[in-house]
Amino acid sequence: MSVETATKPVITAEAQAAPVDTRTASLRAIYIIWYRDLLRYWRDRWRLVASLAQPLLFLIVFGSGLSSSLGGAFGRGTGISYIQFMYPGIIGMSILFSAIFGAMSIVWDREFGFLKEVLVAPIDRWAVAIGKALGGTTQAMIQGLILLVLAPFVGVKLNILTVIELIPLAAVLAFGLASFGVALASMMKSLQGFQVVMNFLMMPMFFLSGALFPLTNLPGWMTVLTRIDPASYGIDPIRRVVLANSGLPGVNSLGLTIGGQVLPIPLEAGIMLAFGAVLLGVAVVMFQRRD
Amino acid sequence: MIEARGLVKKYGALEAVAGIDLEVHAGEIFGFLGPNGAGKSTTISMLCTLLTPTAGVARVAGIDVMHDPSAVRQRIGLVFQDPSLDDQLTARENLEFHAFVYSVPSPDRRRRIDEMLEMMQLSDRASSQVKTFSGGMKRRLEIARGMLHQPQILFLDEPTLGLDPQTRKSIWTHLNELRTKKGVTIFMTTHYMDEAEYCNRIAIIDHGKIVALGTPDELKAMVGGDVVTITSADPEGAAQEITKLLGVTPSRDDGALRMEVADGKAFVPRLVRELTAPVDTVSLRRPSLDDVFLKLTGRAIREEEVSARDRNRAMASRWMGRRR
Repeated sequence: MSVETATKPVITAEAQAAPVDTRTASLRAIYIIWYRDLLRYWRDRWRLVASLAQPLLFLIVFGSGLSSSLGGAFGRGTGISYIQFMYPGIIGMSILFSAIFGAMSIVWDREFGFLKEVLVAPIDRWAVAIGKALGGTTQAMIQGLILLVLAPFVGVKLNILTVIELIPLAAVLAFGLASFGVALASMMKSLQGFQVVMNFLMMPMFFLSGALFPLTNLPGWMTVLTRIDPASYGIDPIRRVVLANSGLPGVNSLGLTIGGQVLPIPLEAGIMLAFGAVLLGVAVVMFQRRD
Repeated sequence: MIEARGLVKKYGALEAVAGIDLEVHAGEIFGFLGPNGAGKSTTISMLCTLLTPTAGVARVAGIDVMHDPSAVRQRIGLVFQDPSLDDQLTARENLEFHAFVYSVPSPDRRRRIDEMLEMMQLSDRASSQVKTFSGGMKRRLEIARGMLHQPQILFLDEPTLGLDPQTRKSIWTHLNELRTKKGVTIFMTTHYMDEAEYCNRIAIIDHGKIVALGTPDELKAMVGGDVVTITSADPEGAAQEITKLLGVTPSRDDGALRMEVADGKAFVPRLVRELTAPVDTVSLRRPSLDDVFLKLTGRAIREEEVSARDRNRAMASRWMGRRR
């Protein structure tokens, strides 16, 4: 017996049936990818608890410790205590970490095989990047807004206006960083690079973002770096909204300035949004490369 | 259903698949058999549009894999070699996710999910998280998932790898049921020779080339007659005698002497009568696919090498599982 070589082409009638519109399928895929991320987030209660522990630790231990050593020296007559200043920064920190971690779960999906199921589906790759970015955005928003319950403990008064203004600002910051996370994940093939990303990107981003100290009167090199850090443009408006609505208008003098000018909040949000859009674009391009 | 002509995949200078021609008919179970690294997974990946061929053409369900990968993917079901379930989600949630991305119309979604869970005997565990499932259950769930969008062809890459023999058997029962009830064509790779017996037709692949293709019986007929194996305290002497007196050249197989003869029943008495070298044991059997493989490639598929890999894989997944 030899190797069989048939010549008759096989074309079946069913082959022509059931055309599926890839674009509609991709939009549906964005929804289900987003939904899956939220389902997992909700199911993983320990992560929820753990992710609240870190901000609490920062506020209580770090905040109280630094407050006592600074005494009344902080705030330059604005009436803002260090803990009050830091509190919105911690909300920002929480959003920053959960957005990037949430989006970078793609690396886990790759490691544990699930990404394959998504990538072989008859959908466009951009749907995967967008679905993941939106999943990370939503998780991070929830994570940040949960921290509002701590407001009374740090002497910050909340009102409904604060919450209404805060939601789009939290969304913009979360979106920018989640897109950043998806872009990073699209370039990483394994979990190995994760530590590097953590130490060399996320931590500097956090420290330079103005979450922990005002971005005024800094050494020149640091001033430049803090203005390059996209997270600065997301955290500053959150702080201004939270503290100004709490009857502490002096917050603007502790805020982000460029050339001595305080930036309008819509401009800051616009910068953050543009950053997110560009990085999501990068992620989409990276995903479209077939591997 | 599947048609490939001169399929080649090169990685730099390495030719993983060196020109494959094959045709798979509607409704058959087609097995792709070969040792690790023979090019099985690479070929299946090209047919599933996951890899772009370096040369050659392939049509799957009547569609050119290079021309319209999305259309091909809509018409095929895939079960990968490595697990690809979300084990934080329940069985049903995994299936719902799949139904969504494969555009299963919403009125059919629930019905089809229930039907597949039923067929794969997972109905009672539909709401359990996949992390609580055994290896065999996960496999069955992946098969159920692959069938949800009613593909014409189901591709399975080593579907029984790392499963115990009993579970492997049950997976086969399910696959056969799918073929009869759903009329799906099944294309699968395996390196378990005994499993290949379940296939309607088999292609044996080695070094990126198909070395034989046919039904299991046709392939076994390639080994002339029966296989006789003897062990002896003096294998050298016995081998020389056999060649001289009986006109058969035995091959050495782990200290035993193995020969293919036309009529085993008549050969064994002659062998015992004429040999002066001491014979410890004699065995006579019908040829298996292992013998076919041995004849075609000059070596056996080593099970121990396979099981070492399975162990590593199991260990790796345990370790990863804990970190998750």
